[in-house]
Amino acid sequence: MKRAAESSALAALLGAGLLQASCVLAAEPDRPGFNAKDLASALKAINAEGAQAHKDLIISAPDVAEDGAMVSIDVTSNIPNTQSLTVLVEKNPFPLAAQFEFFSGALPQITTRIRLGQSSSVQVIARAGGKLYVARTDIKVTVGGCAA
Amino acid sequence: MAEPIKIRTELQGDVVELRVRMTHAMETGQRKDAAGQIIPAHYIQNFIASLNDRVVLQGQLGTAISRNPYFGFRVKGAKVGDKLTVTWTDSKGETRTDEATIA
Repeated sequence: MKRAAESSALAALLGAGLLQASCVLAAEPDRPGFNAKDLASALKAINAEGAQAHKDLIISAPDVAEDGAMVSIDVTSNIPNTQSLTVLVEKNPFPLAAQFEFFSGALPQITTRIRLGQSSSVQVIARAGGKLYVARTDIKVTVGGCAA
Repeated sequence: MAEPIKIRTELQGDVVELRVRMTHAMETGQRKDAAGQIIPAHYIQNFIASLNDRVVLQGQLGTAISRNPYFGFRVKGAKVGDKLTVTWTDSKGETRTDEATIA
């Protein structure tokens, strides 16, 4: 309800020419969480609050990354029935980085490259058998990747 | 016209390792050009990977994915001759589809 109201208000502002499209592009009513500006609201938007830590959810990432524009990260879940993996970067302007859903024989593992605006905690949420699990790691960034 | 998606496949037993690289600037909307103007956000929002027309991986992406997005993943139950298809769609509605056959 709240989101619908927000987006219609946004549409009105856009229509009135009060906002430039470029500053509101991150508002994405159809993709919950991607427009959230802090970790707590991102987790709330994707219904991922209250996840439990699990030793079989493993993040491989550097402790220190020279360039925040391109940080390699590998996430592997050995938790049975893992259906999705979500990556969040706590201190990014928009913490929700990506959500991956696995089907038909795909193993719950993904390697990708992410941006970190500054040194930050990185969280991964796994959905498995109707439950939520979380793993965290800290990545220190020498040069921020926000503007890259 | 978007550049082709690069797809590499490597079969080990019945598990195929897939390496997918998309060519895209993934503009965050926070970068400024030489004149100090903000470069509008323009980035891949989602992609779908299918093996022989069965969806195996679906990704929703934000601007925190680096330019020229790379995804490595594995699928069990694959064999020589299987076809992997990848399609991405960006925030301007542009789309690109490419495929590779497991050798």
